Amino acid sequence: MENLLNWLDDRTGYRSLVKNALYERIPGGARWRYVWGSTLMFAMFVQFVTGLVLWAAYSANAQGAWESVHYIQNVMLGGWMLRGIHHYMAQVTIVLLVLHLMQVLIDGAYRAPREVNFWFGLGLLGLVLGLSLTGYLLPWDQKGYWATKVATSIASMTPVVGPAMQQLLVGGAEYGHHTLTRFFALHAGALPAGVVLLIVGHVYLFRRHGITVPKKAAEKPDGWFWPEQVLRDSVASLIVMATVLALVLWNGGADLGAPADPTQPYSAARPEWYFMFLFQWLKYFPAGWEVVGAQIIPGIAVGMIAAMPIIGKWRLGHRFNLGVAASLLAGIMLLTWTAYAADRADPAFVQARDEAASIAHRVSELAASPDGIPAAGGLAMLRGDPAIQGPLIFEANCSSCHQYNGHDGLGGTPDDEPSASDLGGYGSREWLTGLLDPDRINTPEYFGNTEHTRGRMVRFVQRGIAGFDDDQRAALRNVVLAVSAEAQLPSQAAADEADQDAIREGRIAISSEAIDCTRCHTYADVAEGDVAPVLTGWASREWIVGMLRNPSHPLYYADNNDRMPAFGDEGILSEAEIGLVADWLRGDWYVPDGN
Amino acid sequence: MNDEKVEPPAEPRRSFLTSMSAIVLGAVASIVPVAAGVTALLDPLRKKEIGSAQVFVTRLSAVPEDGSPKKFTVEMDRVDAWATHKSTPVGAVYLRRTETGAVAALNVVCPHAGCFVGLAEDKSRFGCPCHNSSFDLDGEVNDPSSPSPRDMDSLEVDVRNGDEIWVAFQNFLPGRHDKTPV
Repeated sequence: MENLLNWLDDRTGYRSLVKNALYERIPGGARWRYVWGSTLMFAMFVQFVTGLVLWAAYSANAQGAWESVHYIQNVMLGGWMLRGIHHYMAQVTIVLLVLHLMQVLIDGAYRAPREVNFWFGLGLLGLVLGLSLTGYLLPWDQKGYWATKVATSIASMTPVVGPAMQQLLVGGAEYGHHTLTRFFALHAGALPAGVVLLIVGHVYLFRRHGITVPKKAAEKPDGWFWPEQVLRDSVASLIVMATVLALVLWNGGADLGAPADPTQPYSAARPEWYFMFLFQWLKYFPAGWEVVGAQIIPGIAVGMIAAMPIIGKWRLGHRFNLGVAASLLAGIMLLTWTAYAADRADPAFVQARDEAASIAHRVSELAASPDGIPAAGGLAMLRGDPAIQGPLIFEANCSSCHQYNGHDGLGGTPDDEPSASDLGGYGSREWLTGLLDPDRINTPEYFGNTEHTRGRMVRFVQRGIAGFDDDQRAALRNVVLAVSAEAQLPSQAAADEADQDAIREGRIAISSEAIDCTRCHTYADVAEGDVAPVLTGWASREWIVGMLRNPSHPLYYADNNDRMPAFGDEGILSEAEIGLVADWLRGDWYVPDGN
Repeated sequence: MNDEKVEPPAEPRRSFLTSMSAIVLGAVASIVPVAAGVTALLDPLRKKEIGSAQVFVTRLSAVPEDGSPKKFTVEMDRVDAWATHKSTPVGAVYLRRTETGAVAALNVVCPHAGCFVGLAEDKSRFGCPCHNSSFDLDGEVNDPSSPSPRDMDSLEVDVRNGDEIWVAFQNFLPGRHDKTPV
């Protein structure tokens, strides 16, 4: 072994390299305050390792990015931990960088002869911020998509070259496949390459100039990098790692929102917390001054930091620099706090954030369903889900007349009293029982605010049913079960199965003389009267879809339709949308086991 | 590494021709991959604006009669790099009946920084959830402290065959006074 190592040293000279690397003399001895640079090296190491493995599972295209990240997050062995470490280490890196920068400034370690190394460090800060910005988009979820849109919009405001810059960054006129391929090439290729180069230069210059030793440490005996300082560095790195692990566990891993959708508003669009100050800052710049706020003033601030080594040479220059740094930091903290305070106090933001979380949760359920994520992608899956789309379509198209359990479908309170029946639980026994209740049919919950308030159904319920004898009431109960069974609601399947006998009797009773629904309604093959909606298959998917296509169709209200538009025939809603809202009204969507 | 003592060349020969050749030939060789790379990187600049394609959005009956705006998804064919999507959602517009009975269309994208402008709960105005830009229902900036540099982007509307609403759908560069198509 010894011989082999001797041979290797003879051919490579590795021993002197290792010796140079480890046996660095530290004037005044090893100290805890020298660990910051090493923790940053450690953070970079973590990002390279986790990033490389994430890369091995990531697909940079608009129909694969969210899907592959979802897979990493929810299916891969330990994927959530891997992604969580990468995500939170990125944030911790920013904190460490700012601490390192502040220490360099306070110690005056940026002054001659260390100017170039200070600029290398600033360059690293810029690259790390660039890594954060590009990394935020890669999961291609709503949050990353809309926040990054703001960032590229700001790029497009650059005088003269702005539009071309945005187009090059985005890879075309609109966000798409090439936006991801380009951002990924930056995130995993160009920027890390820059980081490696600058770190090599940074460490080389650091070794060349040596540590900036505080005055009080100068009299103490010298120490060595190995092992005294390395031990401290290792302990510090372990603390950093433990902090990140705690963040991952505490937050249950990194967040993944719903897939990016350019047609769905995302009112909770916010950048990562360390960019929030810029976000808030932009609010203060009125029309025409965006470039000043987004580029010129931040540019001046960065310029002032870069000029610090030169300003520091002047008398009082160092104090001036410290003042600038302290004011910048205070300003950034104040802006960040203001931004979060404004959001907390904004009910619309809180609601949007909660809605986004619930959609993200639903998308996760769908992805875990037996159908899984289709080849067309997560967005196609989301757009085909009645549980998400139903309320949106209902709110936009139905809620000006109908309500859903007293709200507009999305949980909001409509301004006006409903002018048509409440469709919450439509098709169920409860809904039907309410309709046939003399005290309820003529209220706004049912026909109270419609033309049917003077119609034959209301008259039948309020005069006919109100005077029913016990036998008739029993028959009516069976009719309710039978008609409701026509709907074949998933939520009622067990009850329908259990009440088969009563339902069979109810079917007969529908056209019996005692109840006589068929005087107006068509049912099965009995079609004496066809002036009211057909009861065969009432509230089934097919029935509701037909009703939405055209309520004035002879099978439905014919000439007695009140004000309901023919959503299908008039082209207001597509067939797919009609199907989605019908499924939603019927409560017919995928529900995971155990719920 | 430094242990080996190699005799240095006597005196470097300062031949101008040799130095220049070394630099020029090396540069020519290196320029090939760089030029090939930069050319391909610039490809997106070649894509000219698609122009405003008229696209069918909805029918007149779907637009609220009380003059309040309503959001509609715009679906059209879209080529995204290597993939062609047939009639896929590409954006959204607010449609509104004006006082004169015509239909006005506004792109939902905020002219400030590209967020999705929302309609206030009471449908009295538009507001952007990002930096608080505020607009009237006709899309005009209605608050002097609004950061948006211009009104919401109105789009040309064509009513065909009596009730088909066709919109010339386009996106515009955010953050500038003039409406420049993306």
